Amino acid sequence: MNAPLLSVESISRRFGGFIALEGVTAAFEANKVTAIIGPNGAGKSTFFNVLSGVLAPSAGSIRFKGRDITGTPQHRFAHLGIARSYQITNIFPELSVHENVRVAAQAFRARYDIWRNRAVMTELDDRADAALAAVGLGGRRDGTAKFLAHGQQRALEIAIALVADPELLLLDEPTAGMGPEETKEMVALLERLAAERTILLVEHKMKMILGLSDRILVLHHGRLIADGSPQHIQTDPEVRRVYLGQNDGYA
Amino acid sequence: MTASTSSIASVMAGPAGHRGWRARLAAWRVPLSILALCLLPWLLPSNALAVNVLVYGLLAVGYNLLFGYTGLLSFGHAAFFGAGAYVTGIAIGRFGVPWFAALLLGVAAGAALAFVIGLLSIRTRGIYFSMVTLALSQLVYYTALQASSWTGGENGLRGFTVAKLDILGWSIDFLDPIKKYYVLMVFAAAALWLVSRILNSPFGAVIEAIRENETRARACGYDVERTKLIAFTLSGLICALAGTLFALHLAIVPLDILHYQTSGMIVMMTLLGGAGSFFGPFVGALAFLLMEDVVSLWTSHWQIVVGTVFILFVLFLPKGIWGTLIAWRADR
Ligand SMILES: Nc1ncnc2c1ncn2[C@@H]1O[C@H](COP(=O)(O)OP(=O)(O)OP(=O)(O)O)[C@@H](O)[C@H]1O
Ligand SMILES: [Mg+2]
Repeated sequence: MNAPLLSVESISRRFGGFIALEGVTAAFEANKVTAIIGPNGAGKSTFFNVLSGVLAPSAGSIRFKGRDITGTPQHRFAHLGIARSYQITNIFPELSVHENVRVAAQAFRARYDIWRNRAVMTELDDRADAALAAVGLGGRRDGTAKFLAHGQQRALEIAIALVADPELLLLDEPTAGMGPEETKEMVALLERLAAERTILLVEHKMKMILGLSDRILVLHHGRLIADGSPQHIQTDPEVRRVYLGQNDGYA
Repeated sequence: MTASTSSIASVMAGPAGHRGWRARLAAWRVPLSILALCLLPWLLPSNALAVNVLVYGLLAVGYNLLFGYTGLLSFGHAAFFGAGAYVTGIAIGRFGVPWFAALLLGVAAGAALAFVIGLLSIRTRGIYFSMVTLALSQLVYYTALQASSWTGGENGLRGFTVAKLDILGWSIDFLDPIKKYYVLMVFAAAALWLVSRILNSPFGAVIEAIRENETRARACGYDVERTKLIAFTLSGLICALAGTLFALHLAIVPLDILHYQTSGMIVMMTLLGGAGSFFGPFVGALAFLLMEDVVSLWTSHWQIVVGTVFILFVLFLPKGIWGTLIAWRADR
């Protein structure tokens, strides 16, 4: 087996007396799609927040590409090669669609430069256009981000993450709030991404997860209760009891 | 359209609207603003008003960089305005420093003070940030009040009149109001050029991103606190320049310059003109000063009227006078 791209060792996260994540240990190989499922409040988003530096773990450590990155400030994560989308759409609403992605690409070229004119950095424009094209928003580049439809805003957020060319992509419920038509488009996008990237994906839509992922982790009350192939997870009695049973509509 | 020309439009135009027209305006904003400032003394009823619009407008321009473009509501910017004015006045009056060196000292001191106050306040958010900047600027106010042997305390700082400016062998009569105006304007013009440069730079894109969504900016890989601190310092630097120009112009520094009412006035001028618009601060300064002049003629409670107008603006014209005009023209 290859050395894992990412590994977490006994990760816990407390909020006051409440334990949102407890003793989670797992390793993730490159070029695989791993889904993380679990009931509401299971700690999925908290797990992502720890993996993307938004929250420091209360205990445990995170290794990425063999380096211990526990306690690294959040803004360094994009530079390490970890990019994410949020459960609730998180874009620059008043900026143009193109500028949303361009400014994300700029973080790797110029952050404190007050002298150059940014309009001469044309390679950033091209990278932004490429990322927009990859998520199917090429035609909307000059519109204002807040006027995009919900599904397009979610795709824009993925373009913002993609333009960083991350080695690890964390997607927190990319189809949240989408209707069937928008979900179909998002699934098609995720299938394209799955072919070439390492992805961790939080989702509730079981059918979609089973089609997309190489592996599934199940969280329940902050603990990892199952970890295995989609076939294995579907038949796991404990998982059926806490999760799948409640989600017959999806399963 | 090639990628690069269309990108200039989308970068410069900012929020929605007809990007072509706004991009052209943005490309010419520095020369157009300087032209407007050149004409100001001939358009306004008095030279005194023109100088005040120039100085307070520049002050609001500095504030706008932080409030309008970075999205931080500071209630302490009087401190930087005052620091520039006092340091320039003290340098000339007490140490006989030549005027231009005194100006540079005032700007440096204001920027340094902004760096320190920024360092102490930038990690707080929202209303807490406003309160911390207010408290720290009050500290500066009381320090100036106590250090009266240096600052003149409540009587203000006097005795540093600059009557003549020697520039590269030329001697300019600084007591001639029109000549004085144009000398001060050269510095305001340089500051406008600097601000425009900042706004067009990669850094300018980052501060706007932070204003739009701090969390997303951080996730994109930007050190939000550090960026804010730089923006805060640059903003303080421009406000300090306005302070030194104010001192050179009046030849007095009243203690009031550091009062929190001055900080409030800066916020009002910026909002009246249009936060986040390039020329708006000058329009806001003019509107504020005109209102103050006119209303104080018939009631001593002019602040009530100005306050009411301000509230109406916040409620019904949040883009301010200039910002609304630009948006209205862009939508046609
Ligand atoms: N910043 C916080 N402060 C306090 N409690 C928190 C915080 N973030 C999350 N929690 C709590 O931790 C638990 C796990 O939350 P989390 O958002 O990780 O769940 P989730 O699995 O993503 O759920 P969902 O499916 O609803 O998105 C919840 O009970 C939540 O209330
Ligand atoms: Mg969640």
